[in-house]
Amino acid sequence: MAEAGHSAGSYVAHHLQNLTVCRADGQWVWNHCAGNFQALNVDSMFFSILLGLVFLTLFRRVAVRATTGVPGRLQTAVEVIVGFVNQSVRETFHGKSELIAPLALTLFVWVFLMNMMDLIPVDWLPGAAGLIGVPYLKVVPTTDVNVTFGMSISVFILIVFYSIKVKGLGGFTRELTLQPFNHWLAIPFNLILEGVSLLAKPVSLSLRLFGNLYAGELIFILIGLLGLWQLPLHFLWAVFHLLIVTLQAFIFMMLTIVYLSLAHEGH
Amino acid sequence: MDINLTLIGQTIAMIVFVWFCMKFIWPPLIRAIDDRQRQIADGIAAGERGQQELAEARNGAEQVLQEARQKAVQVVDIAHRRSNELIGEAKQVAVAEGERLVTAARAEAGNETLRARDGLRRELAALVVAGTGRLLGREVDAKTHAALLDELATELGRQAPGNG
Repeated sequence: MAEAGHSAGSYVAHHLQNLTVCRADGQWVWNHCAGNFQALNVDSMFFSILLGLVFLTLFRRVAVRATTGVPGRLQTAVEVIVGFVNQSVRETFHGKSELIAPLALTLFVWVFLMNMMDLIPVDWLPGAAGLIGVPYLKVVPTTDVNVTFGMSISVFILIVFYSIKVKGLGGFTRELTLQPFNHWLAIPFNLILEGVSLLAKPVSLSLRLFGNLYAGELIFILIGLLGLWQLPLHFLWAVFHLLIVTLQAFIFMMLTIVYLSLAHEGH
Repeated sequence: MDINLTLIGQTIAMIVFVWFCMKFIWPPLIRAIDDRQRQIADGIAAGERGQQELAEARNGAEQVLQEARQKAVQVVDIAHRRSNELIGEAKQVAVAEGERLVTAARAEAGNETLRARDGLRRELAALVVAGTGRLLGREVDAKTHAALLDELATELGRQAPGNG
């Protein structure tokens, strides 16, 4: 793909460019949306929703046909995942909630599928898209900071919601203002400390996932520049990346459970 | 890298997906898993119960067998004893019968001897009387000398006991 010099840079930049649409000057504009909040990364949304639907369709099919008798192979595989998530939730979260286990399952499988897109050779899908006239295509939704933030913000809203629901507005406020130093003079200090630690949760959650996957994707792109040498290197990095893909999906799920369980229990 | 509406889009997508999963995916799957776990637990419990019952039945059978064996030994014992008794009785009866027969035979033989001896004695007496008559030249009257003859016969009998 790459020729030399600055074309290598443009190759990398091209691969890191989202397909974007935005409303500018009363018109729909493609790919000239820098700095415009009212823009949509079409590729990220497309693959994110597509993979979410893959997850939902697959699991829904199994759920509908689920038998308590001898399960088929697909059902067994799905049950292994569900059982794993269920166990993780039970070990960490001791309250009673209808939401947390399905939330954890959705996040785990969905993030895992989105991360798995990283293992498709970097030129295939953008190359195919180029053939039908789509100039940019970023196929890994979790390398888009919007996507990871979109998920972590939902988690953040749930943290705040459950904190208030379980401890009451007063309890939540007390937790933010009277810890770690229980004195009225320390309230501003406490507020800053607790506020930062509260806000750090969604930020770290999303940036960890984004950073890992973005870096992995970047390395795949750089390997793609190497000509014939990319074949063994791509294989090696893919094997290693398989670990990252699974681990990051697991960490995202696990931290969500931990944060929500903290919101339920308090200090 | 810009923050834009994708953020909102992803949030909405996530809310919808999680809601769908919570309503339509998680409950049936977890119910199937829980039900199967219960079934397996029940099955294992039933299996254990069956095994216990089997062991108990085996014990019972063993006991019955042992009792039967003991009883058989007893029966054989009794039979042995009874047969010994019967054989003993039969032996006694046989011995007694034999003795009786022997005694009877002996008595018969004795009688026969006596009779023979008696006969011989009479014949001898008659011979003696006849011989004496001839010597004296006249007939010895058996009637007048009956006492004498009898005495003689007795004397002969006493002098030769057991000589037939």
